[in-house]
Amino acid sequence: MKTIVRAGTLLSALLVAAPAFAQDLTFWSWRQEDRAAYEQFIDTFEAANPGITVKFETFEATNYNTILSTALAGGTGPDVMMVRAYGGLENVAVAGYLEELTTDSVPALANFAEPALAAESVRADGKIYAVPFASQTQLVIYNSKIFADNGIEEPQTWDDLMAASQKLKDAGIIPFANGTATAWQNETVTFGLGSSLMGKAFYDELMAGTADFTDARFTSALASVNELAQDYFPDGFIGLDYPSAQQLFSSGMAAMFVGGSYELATFKAQNPDIEMGVFAAPGKTAEDAKLVGLYFDGGYAVNAASPNKEAAITFVNYLASPEFGQAFANTLNNISTIPGVTFDNPLLAEVNDLNKSSIPYLMLAHFRYGEPSGSVLIQGEMQKLFSGETTPEAIGEALTTGLAAWYEPFKK
Amino acid sequence: MPQFRMTGRGLWITALIVPPLCFVALFIVYPIISAFAYAFFDWQGLKRLDFVGLENFHTVLFVEPYRSWTLNAFKNNIIVFFALMVLQNGLGFILAYALWRELPGARFHRIAVFLPVVLSTIIVAYLFKLFYHPLFGVVNISLKSIGLGEWAQPWLGQSGTALWSIIAAQAWHMVGFPTLVFLAGMQRIPSEILDAVRMETESEWVKITKIVWPLVAPSATIVFTLLFVGAFNWFELPYIMGGLDGSPFGSTDVLGLYFYRTAFGNVSAGQQDFGLGSALAVLIFIFIAAIAAVITTRLRAREIQL
Repeated sequence: MKTIVRAGTLLSALLVAAPAFAQDLTFWSWRQEDRAAYEQFIDTFEAANPGITVKFETFEATNYNTILSTALAGGTGPDVMMVRAYGGLENVAVAGYLEELTTDSVPALANFAEPALAAESVRADGKIYAVPFASQTQLVIYNSKIFADNGIEEPQTWDDLMAASQKLKDAGIIPFANGTATAWQNETVTFGLGSSLMGKAFYDELMAGTADFTDARFTSALASVNELAQDYFPDGFIGLDYPSAQQLFSSGMAAMFVGGSYELATFKAQNPDIEMGVFAAPGKTAEDAKLVGLYFDGGYAVNAASPNKEAAITFVNYLASPEFGQAFANTLNNISTIPGVTFDNPLLAEVNDLNKSSIPYLMLAHFRYGEPSGSVLIQGEMQKLFSGETTPEAIGEALTTGLAAWYEPFKK
Repeated sequence: MPQFRMTGRGLWITALIVPPLCFVALFIVYPIISAFAYAFFDWQGLKRLDFVGLENFHTVLFVEPYRSWTLNAFKNNIIVFFALMVLQNGLGFILAYALWRELPGARFHRIAVFLPVVLSTIIVAYLFKLFYHPLFGVVNISLKSIGLGEWAQPWLGQSGTALWSIIAAQAWHMVGFPTLVFLAGMQRIPSEILDAVRMETESEWVKITKIVWPLVAPSATIVFTLLFVGAFNWFELPYIMGGLDGSPFGSTDVLGLYFYRTAFGNVSAGQQDFGLGSALAVLIFIFIAAIAAVITTRLRAREIQL
């Protein structure tokens, strides 16, 4: 009863004399580890916008989608929330729970990069539902001290990478820390290592509908990734889970880690003394473009049913501002999507440079819109490949026929 | 016209019965009925669209890729059920018999066997995940130290060993429960019967097969039925040890995980479908209820009243 009265009061206040009344916004997130930073951002916002208070609430990341969906369906959702990108966004946006954002309501959106906005739009109508907050890059992270001690440079060709790995193995160091027992790590490993081998031309043709996954550029990349994994991933890597793999790298037992740029902060937290570098896994020759896999993490969205919509939009405008982007990049060590942000952290600056030569992180960006999703397929199929139960060609076939269940260009 | 008068007593009874009835209706009957209802609608994310009749049931049972996912998960549940029947209930019976016979150290072992049951499932799952670790796990290190290095495996990473590794963890965790139930059953056997047996034979085997086993039938009914329900609702251990996708490639997928993924989506799938999820839940519910009813009536029939 109390909440109804309060909501009613707020609503009428909004209609009658909007700015004069204090408004409480709730803001949901799955970034439990970033709580302190967000509290600080919110303080800045509240200081500049008296009368609006924001309450930050976090939920466990793996169950966040479920919790958010359930709350929105039950009408108890937050005013402002983090939402996922791509297919994950569509789940909530198509159901009509999110307020459409336009360059009228959030003018700063006009400056955002096209792929970033596409990640937070619904494909059917192209409408934007969230302010994208961070991009992530799939690449190779290395321990620069181990590289220097063993006289290894960032590899320019695939053969360089294999040779460097062999050198490390001979020196008694695990070349790559990665394990593939955790399903989603298979996708990371595949595209973190294989994007340059697949190449931009393959990506463009795949999108144009003139190539599919049976393409030799794709299957031969899978074969190379498998070859590297068998020789240079830890013993029994198919039974090694994600947290253990992270520990192998951050403890300095392994020299490289194929993963997302989001790992950099984790490794630094696990071992503050670690010195790291990043590179894009190379292609066959030094002339092949070195590509990283790029994707957008999620965005800030407004609840369409929020009683404090105006205040929520004001807050989202702050979340889209260069001032916030800069604070976000500096405090959270993440690549903000807001244009014009600079990076104090030299590693982030390097990742930001590598992003200029990229292809989208394939399955997430384009193949998570139906069942079976490309991600689920590639994860399972790569696990089979790593344990010797399938071939790259069979994977190409399985992906193409599997996705044909809902992906129009593959339907014959 | 009979007059209904609220006497003091009637008022009391009504006042005491209505709240729990409302509670049960609201939190048990209503969710079950609504899950049934959800299964007959088409869903887009969380938005309910049209009534589609039995189409969701048809999809999960007969349309690819759902068909093979359903069959794979169901097959794994069956393996889990039979494996646990042997490893958990079978071993439980033997342990109970040994404890009942008061072998040396029975008091200590009675506690030791039951102790893992008290541990939280999460703790057991993480503990065994560490045991099975390919590099530092106690299983592989022990094998290597006794010269069986080639038996060392990435236990949770191979389709051949992953499910069995999790089953072993489950059996270790819960073996104390059937043990306790069987032990209670054995302790109820009247000593006159046991004295009479002793006159006839000294054979433990005869005693087990002819006397103990038939007389603990009520305990067997309980543990078999509970194991059946548990095996087909299995979720926590495979979720923590194999992940929501039943990694590697569905080898540890069970109906519980599959239902959760379908209804609520997971990070890699990006799709969630309450209709298909509810249809699965309804099918699982009907299957468990039907088979559990059969098991219970069959097993009840062989129970002997003492």
